[in-house]
Amino acid sequence: MMIQQQVVDAEYLLLQAERKMAFITGSEAVAEAIKRANVDMAIAYPITPQSESMHLIGDLYAQGYLKDYYRGENEFAVMAGIHGASLGGGRVFTATSGPGTLRAMEMFPVWAGSRQPVVCAFMCRGISLPPSIQPENIEMSMLLDTGMLMFHAETAQDFFDMILKAYIIAEQTEVHLPVGVFADGFLVTHTRDQVKLPPENFKLPAYTPESAPVPVFDMETPPMRITRDPLLNKSNYISYAANASWHQEILAAADRARKHIDHYLGGLLEVVDPDAKIFIAASGTAVSQSREALKLIEKKGVKAGLIKIKSIRPFPKDELVKITEHAELIVVPEFNAGGWLAREIKSVIDNNSRVIAGPRVFGGMTLPPELIAKEIMQRLRGGSEYVE
Amino acid sequence: MNQKISIRMSGLGGQGVVTAAHILGSAATRDGKDSTVNPFFGAEKRLAPAESYVRISDKTIHERGEILFPDIIMIFHPHVITLGKCYTMPFFEGLQKEGIIIVNSDEPLPLQKDDLTKLAELSARLFYIPATQLAIDLGGTDLSTNMSMLGGLLGVTKIVSRDALEESLAERFGGGQFVASGTTAALDDALKGKYTKVAQLIEKNMEVVDQASKFVTEYKLLI
Repeated sequence: MMIQQQVVDAEYLLLQAERKMAFITGSEAVAEAIKRANVDMAIAYPITPQSESMHLIGDLYAQGYLKDYYRGENEFAVMAGIHGASLGGGRVFTATSGPGTLRAMEMFPVWAGSRQPVVCAFMCRGISLPPSIQPENIEMSMLLDTGMLMFHAETAQDFFDMILKAYIIAEQTEVHLPVGVFADGFLVTHTRDQVKLPPENFKLPAYTPESAPVPVFDMETPPMRITRDPLLNKSNYISYAANASWHQEILAAADRARKHIDHYLGGLLEVVDPDAKIFIAASGTAVSQSREALKLIEKKGVKAGLIKIKSIRPFPKDELVKITEHAELIVVPEFNAGGWLAREIKSVIDNNSRVIAGPRVFGGMTLPPELIAKEIMQRLRGGSEYVE
Repeated sequence: MNQKISIRMSGLGGQGVVTAAHILGSAATRDGKDSTVNPFFGAEKRLAPAESYVRISDKTIHERGEILFPDIIMIFHPHVITLGKCYTMPFFEGLQKEGIIIVNSDEPLPLQKDDLTKLAELSARLFYIPATQLAIDLGGTDLSTNMSMLGGLLGVTKIVSRDALEESLAERFGGGQFVASGTTAALDDALKGKYTKVAQLIEKNMEVVDQASKFVTEYKLLI
């Protein structure tokens, strides 16, 4: 027995409906998003720190919000199963974390390659480098070129909004790509925070598979007909050209998503104090820590701006070039050892010795605002000791 | 004390350290304040170190993660100190000036002389409370230890109102759709099984809170 909800216009639900404050965890925020997303099917395989959210979505299925839900054999099976459901015209959801992401890796480019608007949440955690279940977002660097759009949530509020909005962005005919919505495990998933929610009896309009730029699979359009011959076998010039142009089309589709991200998320990035000469540039919960760091350095008479990067794919290249045009120092704090965000930023702006790749924490350590403030003060004083 | 109050709770898995933090943070938001709550623990197992962090402020709080510079430290089990079952060494690392420490122990612990000196230099206030014993005596179960710790906290500082705390407790065990994990769910069932009605659970636990607030004793730190 499906629960009765009122279908409302996406614009209204996402941007206009009156919201009420709730004090909930990030995992609960995920369930609240799915409750309003008119999702047909979800598949789960538990892994810390993702388990609570997919458990709660199992509860939603029991209450009649979803048409189908089951536990897969492993993450690869989940991502493959979700792909099949999406090919068949369903709106789908799943989530995973760290080692689960890596285990399912083969399927992510498959989603993009077949142009499916799958929405998947990633509750980032350490991978076995060495083993850790604690917050860390190195897995994001491994997904940068899988063809999926990637949004990085700072808070439970972001996580709620980005998941719900991801469906509408992903399902635009000119986009039609998978979206990964990322949040730092524990620091968002297990953190209880104030989240503004629209009414729970409203839901998005159903997905219309006919709006897809590729045919929906059914008995008359079996998978083999469109996936195999033209693309897989380099049997002649046309199949070669089809494969190459399909690649380009996926990249172009991600580019075409920019205007929709601007509209629904309010931009690929957000800036505090755009005229600043010193910036902290960050994504995810490193943004929250940076907001506190700004207060610390202001007490010492130093003003700095903040660039919150919300969309990692597509990457806000032009926006970054423009904002950092007159910047002298760009500090990039991260929750991973590799420093992938600093690398991304360095790759798009001029004079990239301005970019300081750090401070970085990993292995379950917290990222103290004091550490970010210290990095800035040290650079300003030419490396002299920062005095608390 | 700072405008933003940061509370670090250190205990052992199964003692309700995480639940206590969620109830406290929820109470703070009911009082109209901003709060964030987050836990830190390894793979779930009873008696392993577990910590949770509550930030309460009149202004918006952005910071999350471990609290490195707490104003208040609540120690739910003597082993946090005596066996080093916590994420900082010593257990009061980072405590702010005039900070508060509340330790669940029937009697003062044999703290190192150096540590006592450092605490005195910080003008810290150290309190002991027999929280587990109170939970058994008044609540009828050691599962209420976290509630007597919250009672102890209210006995030392009125960080949240009693009414807000009661409402949060009712929300946590009354509506009860969200629990942190399967093991927490099992403990919830065990706790609910001790009482015939949820109303009784809330009433009994508030009695634990009220009584515990009277059983905190200050340990005088001398320089």
